[in-house]
Amino acid sequence: MFNRTAIAPLEYTRKLWMRSWVGLTMLFLYAPLLVLMIFSFNDSRRNIEWKGFTLKYYEKALNNDSLVEAMVNSLTIAFLATIVSLVIGALAAVMLWRFRFPFKGLVEGTMSLPIIVPEICLGVAFLIFFAKIDWPTDLPWPLNLSAITIAHITFCFPFVAMVVRARLASFNMEEEEAAKDLGATDWQAFRDVLLPHIKPGLIAGALLAFTLSLDDFVITFFTSGPDTITFPVKVYSMVRFSVTPEVNAASTILILLTVILTFIALKLQGVKGIAQSH
Amino acid sequence: MSGALQDWKSQKRPFAAIATAPVFWLALFFVAPMAIVWLYSFGQNVGPASIEISGTLDNYKRATEWLYLSIFLKSLAVAALTTLICLIIGFPVAMAITFAAPKWRPWLLLGIMLPFWTNLLIRTYALMALMGTNGYMNKGLGGLWEGASWLRTLVGMQPLEAWTPVQLLYNNFAVVLGLVYVHLPFMVLPLYSALDRLDKSLIEASLDLGAGHFKTFMKVVVPLAAPGIVAGVMITLIPALGAYLTPDLMGGTDSQMIANVIERQFKRANDWPFGAALSFLLIYAMFILIALQSMRANKVKEVR
Repeated sequence: MFNRTAIAPLEYTRKLWMRSWVGLTMLFLYAPLLVLMIFSFNDSRRNIEWKGFTLKYYEKALNNDSLVEAMVNSLTIAFLATIVSLVIGALAAVMLWRFRFPFKGLVEGTMSLPIIVPEICLGVAFLIFFAKIDWPTDLPWPLNLSAITIAHITFCFPFVAMVVRARLASFNMEEEEAAKDLGATDWQAFRDVLLPHIKPGLIAGALLAFTLSLDDFVITFFTSGPDTITFPVKVYSMVRFSVTPEVNAASTILILLTVILTFIALKLQGVKGIAQSH
Repeated sequence: MSGALQDWKSQKRPFAAIATAPVFWLALFFVAPMAIVWLYSFGQNVGPASIEISGTLDNYKRATEWLYLSIFLKSLAVAALTTLICLIIGFPVAMAITFAAPKWRPWLLLGIMLPFWTNLLIRTYALMALMGTNGYMNKGLGGLWEGASWLRTLVGMQPLEAWTPVQLLYNNFAVVLGLVYVHLPFMVLPLYSALDRLDKSLIEASLDLGAGHFKTFMKVVVPLAAPGIVAGVMITLIPALGAYLTPDLMGGTDSQMIANVIERQFKRANDWPFGAALSFLLIYAMFILIALQSMRANKVKEVR
């Protein structure tokens, strides 16, 4: 930064206008979030003037049973959806990478559709689908979350398949053949040779699925019932009807959770690995 | 790679073990629901809770009435404007990341990606809080206004009237700003990955041979980054076209987009067949966009 050498032609990043542009963009991206986080500690119901530090809205948010329930629901759904998407997504990736089979193009194309089809259309489709097959809605927790979880798995697993398949492309088939020549069974070769190789892809895919599931509002909005409120749906109704500092507090907790997850991912993969997974 | 592909017939058992779950899930929980929506789009309401699939095209006829067509076109215009603004803001950012010192690059990338990992609803809500009549954006504008007023008195003109907070939310401007805010990372990441692959010596050559920075940018950088630009445009345009949350929360009565109209058919208006027809029209629009892009990609391949 305090480098005094002349700016080389390609060092665009050292030019003042370029720096201000990036700085302003970052300000645009982060200012709203930072203001929200700071004012979650503000001792005032209004969002504008600083009246002193307080944790009372965190206390309120944590004592708000429906908000906590929504958070627990969201995390449960994200956890279940991630595990199932990881298995199905990895299987789908291996299937497309390894085998030649009839209608492969069709299967491959259909699998990329949940990524492309607008969320609203997918949400509507699940609403009609679960109404049509009379999916029971009065099951005990956590079974009542099954409809939402199924919907989430459907749009998460193609992303997992995509990430894992990108990783599979760098796998050397000869390694597996060598394992088999040395007496490994199909299952052993899969578990001890292929699985360790795709592990980074699995981690990236799992994080992606978890975030996508935790983030989803539109599809959940159409599949959730009165007893199955998730965190985004709850925040939506709170924003819609009465904005309270409790939402700031609850949002700050979720933002911090996201940051923590990102840093775990960083520890596991390094910054570069994360960048490449997108 | 293709030589290593195994035929499923020679490996029936492993193939079945691997393929059953994904294919089954896709058929049952994606193809089936979409097929039901498609069938419903040719149906009509015959009772309060019963729909008869009669093969009628009335829903599609109604969807092409001017009222709905204009909302469709407006959604397309809003999405296109959002994409354009994202491209204008995002390109220099992607350039800056590409040419940044290696130790800064991952952190700049992370800075772009972290908001992308943050909950969409929370980001929209945070922006709304900033844009309210008592929010900081209004305060900032008020400050500028007073500065302008002060400048006017300095040159001997009448000062401006006192600043009254403006309504920044609940209009089309707010929708576009909200969509740009949400979709900016989608644009920057593909642009960066295209620019990163670009051979930097070509830029140097262009500069050495006397072209200015602007000319080099237009004639060398942009054409070489074209695949990334197209990818970024598609990745931004498609979700922006189907956006529901931003127009719903930040828009006014006249800024509803197609997704809000679809939602209304399933909740308040309770006209499922019509909503189904509208959603399929939206899906067809996506297909057309993707087809246009792949046609373009094929053309580029032929030229080379």
